[in-house]
Amino acid sequence: MLDRAASEIAQDAATRPVRFRGAGFVPASSRLGGWIALALVIALWQAAGSAGLVNPLFLPAPLAIARAIYQLAISGALWQHVSASLLRIGVGWVLGTAAGVAVGFAIGLSRLARSVGITFISALFPIPKIALLPLLILWLGIGEEPKIATIALGVFFSTAISVYSGVDAVPRNLIRMAQSFNVPFATIVRKVIWPGALPAILAGFRITASVALLLVVSAEMIGAQYGIGAFVLQAGNLMQTDQLLAGVVILSVFGLAVGKVIGWLEVKLLHWR
Amino acid sequence: MDLIANHISHRFGDLAVLDDVSFTVSAGEVVAIVGPSGCGKSTLLSILGGLLQPTSGAPELRGTPPADSLNPLTFVFQDFALLPWASVEENVEFPLLHAQLSAAQRRALVEDALRRTGLTDFRNTYPKQLSGGMRQRVGISRALAVRPAILLMDEPLSALDSQTRELLMEDFVRLLADGGMGAVYVTHNLEEAARLADRIVVLSRRPGRIREVVAVSMTRAERGDIAAREKLLALQNQIWSLIRTEAIDAEREVQHA
Repeated sequence: MLDRAASEIAQDAATRPVRFRGAGFVPASSRLGGWIALALVIALWQAAGSAGLVNPLFLPAPLAIARAIYQLAISGALWQHVSASLLRIGVGWVLGTAAGVAVGFAIGLSRLARSVGITFISALFPIPKIALLPLLILWLGIGEEPKIATIALGVFFSTAISVYSGVDAVPRNLIRMAQSFNVPFATIVRKVIWPGALPAILAGFRITASVALLLVVSAEMIGAQYGIGAFVLQAGNLMQTDQLLAGVVILSVFGLAVGKVIGWLEVKLLHWR
Repeated sequence: MDLIANHISHRFGDLAVLDDVSFTVSAGEVVAIVGPSGCGKSTLLSILGGLLQPTSGAPELRGTPPADSLNPLTFVFQDFALLPWASVEENVEFPLLHAQLSAAQRRALVEDALRRTGLTDFRNTYPKQLSGGMRQRVGISRALAVRPAILLMDEPLSALDSQTRELLMEDFVRLLADGGMGAVYVTHNLEEAARLADRIVVLSRRPGRIREVVAVSMTRAERGDIAAREKLLALQNQIWSLIRTEAIDAEREVQHA
């Protein structure tokens, strides 16, 4: 009995560390890790191609794709296709964004515009915009206009939704604060609502850039002689898979570049977050 | 300039929030509004400041505001309501941007407001870089910049820790010392009400009606003295006894809501 009591006392006196239970759930991305993983995948892919494990007709090796891009660049075809796509994306995105921002702000600020606008947007947003291309060709002819209009339509709806969601998300207390100082409506929109909605608007830009890219490729596959979409389709038809994947890589680089530009804009404009 | 609550009643749909509330805030006077949770204190302040239209009755002004006042009724908000994308200086300048002022006049007003609130060295910082107390100082600085006749303060210290509250309370006492500026001070905290107010309006449980108006006989300077502690405590107990039962009922109602 006495021995047991002594051992219990000794156990009480001994210290032991509290087990750490707070690990995990804080994923931190490593930029270098991502690039290393990408390089590994490309190296494996190249090794498999060089060893003849993969039929180059179905999946050409990375070096073959790089060679195809180089050939395209020195022949001038790359710029011809890229510039045609860039023009369509640029004009379509600017038109769709300008209209989307205007309509989004109207819906966010006006009861009448909200009642009418949300009904129309809810009805029209789910329509795949590429399905409207034949109709737009009928209306606008077979030139650049229907392709640009398809992109503009796709961009417009996503922009309008992100803008009015952004306006709705501006803290009401900031608007009330401005009203309490008799700040005029236009100044409230410019100095409170616009910067308050900007994070949502820029997030919308990321989405609309992808939408524009998707639609330009689709539209060019349906009816264009030049453009990355047309090039990819032609290469596929001719079983030139190295050229086809060269087009895909160019699209990927374009998407990455747009993402970088928007990321840079976020850093510049949303530094206060 | 006097601010008058003239038979103000308010409903949110079927819910009666305020019922026939009338009182006057004279020029330079500080009136605290206390009452159980949900009695309509903040609603009353919003109505007094013209941010909410009452169902019946009206807020009224009597007399002319001081000539240099750019916004006679100026709010200080519980949640500070600072523009997160604007620096301290830009936040303080914000209500002056639309006023008919030269850049030099605007700069002078901002400088003065920053100096009075001890923010001169923080002019270029952003709200997220500041503590809660400093953020509220920016809110107060912004309010002072427009030279208010009456400050409308909606629980301005409730989001702050007790030490910061004490420091800001000292700031309020200092700012209100010369009697040039009145205030309506909505609070849950009876100590704050007793320290700052010339009169304390005690509201009943919802719908808020005036239960009693308690005059505070000491000057604010006297109340800072240690000898006045006992009197202030007695005053707090007197007000607490008026609202205790209803505060308990209100708390249960909130818990069951």
